[in-house]
Amino acid sequence: MSSETKQILTTDGIPLEVSLKKAEKKNKIKAFLLVAPLLLFLVITYVFPIGEMFSRSIDDKMITNMLPKTFKEMETWDGKELPPEEVFAGFYYDYKALVEKQEHGKLGQRLNKEKNGFNSTTKRLFRNIKRKKIDESVSIKEQMIKVHPNWNKVEYWQAIKRTAPPYTLAKYLKGMDMYYAPDGSVAQVDEDRRIHRILWLRTLEIAFFVTLFCFLMGYPIAHLLATLPMKYSNLLMICVLLPFWTSLLVRTASWMILLQQQGIVNDFFVMIGLVADDSRPEMMYNKVGTYVAMTQILLPFMVLPLYSVMKTISPSLMRAGKSLGGTPFVAFWKVYFPLTIPGIGAGCLLVFILAIGYYITPALVGGASGTLISNQIAFHMKQTLDWSFASAMGLMLLSGVLVIYWIYNKLVGVDNIKLG
Amino acid sequence: MSKNPEFVKFDKVDKSYDGKVLVVKDLQLDIAEGEFITMLGPSGSGKTTCLMMLAGFETPTNGEILLDGNIISNIPPHKRGIGMVFQNYALFPHMTVYENLAFPLRVRKVEKDEIDKKVDKALSMVSLNGFESRMPAQLSGGQQQRVAVARALVFDPAVVLMDEPLGALDKNLRESMQYEIKHIHESIGVTVVYVTHDQSEALTMSNRIAVFNDGKVQQLSDPAELYEKPVNSFVAEFIGENNTFNGEVVDIDKDKCKVKLANSEILANPISVNSKGEKTTVSLRPERALINPTDKMDNMFTGKIEEVIYHGDHTRVRLNLLGSSEFILKVPNSTSNLELKVSQDINIGWNSTDARALDPK
Repeated sequence: MSSETKQILTTDGIPLEVSLKKAEKKNKIKAFLLVAPLLLFLVITYVFPIGEMFSRSIDDKMITNMLPKTFKEMETWDGKELPPEEVFAGFYYDYKALVEKQEHGKLGQRLNKEKNGFNSTTKRLFRNIKRKKIDESVSIKEQMIKVHPNWNKVEYWQAIKRTAPPYTLAKYLKGMDMYYAPDGSVAQVDEDRRIHRILWLRTLEIAFFVTLFCFLMGYPIAHLLATLPMKYSNLLMICVLLPFWTSLLVRTASWMILLQQQGIVNDFFVMIGLVADDSRPEMMYNKVGTYVAMTQILLPFMVLPLYSVMKTISPSLMRAGKSLGGTPFVAFWKVYFPLTIPGIGAGCLLVFILAIGYYITPALVGGASGTLISNQIAFHMKQTLDWSFASAMGLMLLSGVLVIYWIYNKLVGVDNIKLG
Repeated sequence: MSKNPEFVKFDKVDKSYDGKVLVVKDLQLDIAEGEFITMLGPSGSGKTTCLMMLAGFETPTNGEILLDGNIISNIPPHKRGIGMVFQNYALFPHMTVYENLAFPLRVRKVEKDEIDKKVDKALSMVSLNGFESRMPAQLSGGQQQRVAVARALVFDPAVVLMDEPLGALDKNLRESMQYEIKHIHESIGVTVVYVTHDQSEALTMSNRIAVFNDGKVQQLSDPAELYEKPVNSFVAEFIGENNTFNGEVVDIDKDKCKVKLANSEILANPISVNSKGEKTTVSLRPERALINPTDKMDNMFTGKIEEVIYHGDHTRVRLNLLGSSEFILKVPNSTSNLELKVSQDINIGWNSTDARALDPK
């Protein structure tokens, strides 16, 4: 049979597929127009900023733009011995142009980060240029070496060459407590200065335990919510949702009032004689405070997906499990629990992702141990103004979340997630 | 093996959920070993509550339930060894058919080979061999239903409870499943307690039927007796179609009584009336009244046809008779059928033994 005879035609003689497409086109346009505002919003507020963050985090064009002649001459330099006259001349003319634009100071500071001593080395060259002591008709190389002996050291020229590429991963390395060594290899910072790794691990640890506590507390609540008669479950639902209706700061502040050493919980412990008045336990400005406050704040995100899954599980399944001879525990473990896994997955994923990026609450109740990676990001955004480093860490956090999502997808399957 | 006539015994069982209303009142019911008994009744009549008490999901407020002579009120459901088929099948959706059937065996720590054998046997009983690795969602309603039956039987329980198991199936499938369940029961001889509100289902399948209303068993008897000889007007109304006349007994002897209606008198069979002056409802099955009877019958009247409805195998005729326009006749369709036309006058007759004078409605 030929393919022509297989094609189904409508009564008007138009192929059915064409006719169907035409009929559905209008619906598709309508559907697209409905989601268009959201799409636009997402592009403007999400895709674009993340792209911007990424380009900022790897951007290293400042020196590249400042020293165009130098880098052009350096292309043929092998970087092992002192560069030839042309490189010196290139740097001299680039630097002279910067002096005229009064941007030479920035260059000195930036190069000083690559190699200590660059600031004074360039400053002396600047003074000589100001006083017009450099004779451009003879060898510039010899004159520069005379101005400062550092120009005779190959490490300084190597440092300049390292800054040549317009993009660098240095910020990402810094986020993992690593850096580019002078010879271009990746090296670890000294052990006593490895602050970021501690922060990453602490962030993961807190997110993990907060997720665990939320699960342990949220599962029974969700179960109760799903099985209680309507009038009680509504009340309980309000109790669960109540934190949602209160500002985050208010909730955190109330935990501070409750948990501090002269706070209500400690007063109560002293009153019932659990602890002595002079040895009140510290429940704040340490991890205990962070766990307590974050668990309470993130609990609804665990309860709601669990509840929505449990609501769909017919109570007759548990009964069937029992009537077939399973003890209540077996019926729960073999029948009920496996059916709630999609809800557990969704809840844990939500809580973990939210916890990993948490920052106000741990900063307020966590004390010294409350500094998480997000606090570090905020610190670099606001205090050091090292936005490219903040962007790099932000993206590392994002990719961490994506990795977790990927693992979760492998284990549970994203299609099984039920968020509500 | 001698059959125990009191294999399951409800002994003066009361059940109340809120302390104000009794949903089951003083239930006294014996179920024989190997019997297929149906609890039939409208919704809210307490039949499902009885089943749940037997399964162990509800506790009796008062009285005892005995299984093979042992009081089981304090035994939790999983130790009762009672199989149950639920209304919505309650198959475990995350397990395959095999795993569903193996569940009751695994929790009983049965050997793997033995499980395979029993599952295979149970599946062949419901003719579902080859479906072991399917998930319940991949099965049709009828197949799910059969898996549920197989699962309730696979661990050889002494009693199997079925809670309206065919409610979700379409009519044809429901009928074929009724025969299938009946045949399974006949072949393995398990005691079945079946709950339904569908009277034809109950009549088809059961050895005995307990008609429930208002928390009480109204009548407990085999299907034929239940249909032919209802003991009160609720049972007469609930089982099958029924023509009723409300009136007062004016004359009574041993097997006949005269009942005075609004403007005429009929003869009836006194079932629950004893003396003159009692109010009564007379019940008559539509197929017991004949058109133009050739034999002599002791009730003969003339009525006017109000409506004729063709039903395929029979024709329903609604008559205006004895002051009521709700009198129903069922006429079998045959080639020699009468020409029935609306507003025609016809003669109707029935025997007084078929007209049962019951308690007043």
